[in-house]
Amino acid sequence: MTLATALPWRPLVRFGGSTALSVCAILLLIIVIWYAGTVKMNAGPLLDRYERAGRTEWSFSELVADAMSMERPVLPAPHQVAADFNKSVFQTSITSRRSLVYHAWVTLEAALLGFVLGTLLGIGLAIVIVHVAALERAMMPWIIASQTIPILAIAPMIIVVLGSFGVVGLAPKAIISAYLCFFPVAIGMVKGLTSPEPIHLDLMRTYNATTRQTLRFLRLPASLPFLFTSLKVAISLSVVGAIVGELPTGAQAGLGARLLAGSYYGQTVQIWSALIMAAILAGGCVGVIGMIQRGIDRRFGGTP
Amino acid sequence: MAVLMAAHDMSNQAAPVETLASVPAVEISGVNLTFQTADTPVYALSDVNLTIARGEFVSFIGPSGCGKTTLLRVIADLQKVTSGEVKVNGVSPETARLDRAYGYVFQAPALYPWRNIQRNITLPLEIMGLSKAERLARAQRVLELVNLTGFEKKFPWQLSGGMQQRVSIARALSFDPELLLMDEPFGALDEIIRDHLNEQLLGLWRRTGKTLLFVTHSIPEAVFLSTKIVVMSPRPGRIIDVIDSNLPRDRSLEIRESPEFAAIAHRVREGLRAGHSYEDHT
Repeated sequence: MTLATALPWRPLVRFGGSTALSVCAILLLIIVIWYAGTVKMNAGPLLDRYERAGRTEWSFSELVADAMSMERPVLPAPHQVAADFNKSVFQTSITSRRSLVYHAWVTLEAALLGFVLGTLLGIGLAIVIVHVAALERAMMPWIIASQTIPILAIAPMIIVVLGSFGVVGLAPKAIISAYLCFFPVAIGMVKGLTSPEPIHLDLMRTYNATTRQTLRFLRLPASLPFLFTSLKVAISLSVVGAIVGELPTGAQAGLGARLLAGSYYGQTVQIWSALIMAAILAGGCVGVIGMIQRGIDRRFGGTP
Repeated sequence: MAVLMAAHDMSNQAAPVETLASVPAVEISGVNLTFQTADTPVYALSDVNLTIARGEFVSFIGPSGCGKTTLLRVIADLQKVTSGEVKVNGVSPETARLDRAYGYVFQAPALYPWRNIQRNITLPLEIMGLSKAERLARAQRVLELVNLTGFEKKFPWQLSGGMQQRVSIARALSFDPELLLMDEPFGALDEIIRDHLNEQLLGLWRRTGKTLLFVTHSIPEAVFLSTKIVVMSPRPGRIIDVIDSNLPRDRSLEIRESPEFAAIAHRVREGLRAGHSYEDHT
């Protein structure tokens, strides 16, 4: 498939006419900028070190070579991150605490549980809001207010409050994820459940269908496209929520714990590979949702 | 179809057959309907009186804004009157709707795009709680009635506009209502397909013996199909003329060349013109 047919709009510039080519070009550009940044950002500390060692003679190529092989660089080079990623993902047993797969799984567990809870909460809220007009006014301000509080501010409080009830471990992280991801689901579903045309609703009325039947046969199926758009936003938010939930607890496992440990010990390479793992995790989850959506589209007669 | 009719007779066993037959399908007396808009009230229906006997094919014709669709929606209990009385099968439109006494065919096919043709047709049956076997049997029967056998597993977007509207008619027939309300069902179709569907609809009506209320703004369509033509006029929406057609029930497209046909069409046109002159004076 070419870029032009994959996009719903007409791209301003056709990039060589091929998706693969343009993806490679962007990737190459990022890597070049990254390498340049590595040299630029690590040069300062390196020059300090040269000075302290009393070394006055150095060539640019020596500086570049040193900048890309520091143990705790300000910005690690891509190949350093790649090597660490390879070591901690592929060269380590996945049950080991040094394995990034193990940490990713811990985070994914919380994210998925939070995603399920948040999605159910969001759908439930939307159904209530759509059916009880008075509740929309009463609930919407709270729902919106909940999202204006930075998650970093509220996450420690959720963990402390739940901790006082003896709820620790997976649940608090999942609840923080749910807190983040119910919102797009609720908003999208309110829109989706009210999306049927008047004529479709009139039809249900002529059949003397109950509110519940109208929900089941008309409103819910009509809201599916809206739901999936929301779910893609929600699942990436739930990964963020699970990672943030691991920060204030001083958790021993999870990508958040890995990030925190990395910053304690100045292990920037470790931080970067954890970040890349988090990105892959969130991207993979969005991809899975997209696959489920395509499957359902086919099942319900979507145009190919 | 015989089986369908038999099933329907059984469902009506509670009421004696003689009284049911003598009750008009629709009885409208002194109906007014006013929409309150921001600036001025809109008189959608003004002093409308009409009686429709069972088994009739009634067309409502008039320019847009004459209240023909509104009148159909009032009969279907999709709209409440401001004053006056409406009886459908001798009861209020709401009771009739709760009894599922009528099938409604909208201007657009209004098929649910996520359901295939078969499941679109069985939708009302599913809501009414029929068994799956019964639903499928009925879907097959009504698809036969509208000549769409073989399209069960297709989705609405795979069908042409005319076919979609036939599915919508089949859906309205699936639960075998006494009364069919059709709001410009062929308005969006070209004339060739329209002629063809009109013939099919006429055959359907003759075979099923249903009472058919049909909104249109085409004079030939109204004259060709109807046993009774209700001519309406806008501002305020009202009935100008009610014409009882003397054309035989069994008719083909050729009847449109006959002098009787021309006479009725002429009277309809006169009625529509009278309605317009009234409008010019206001």
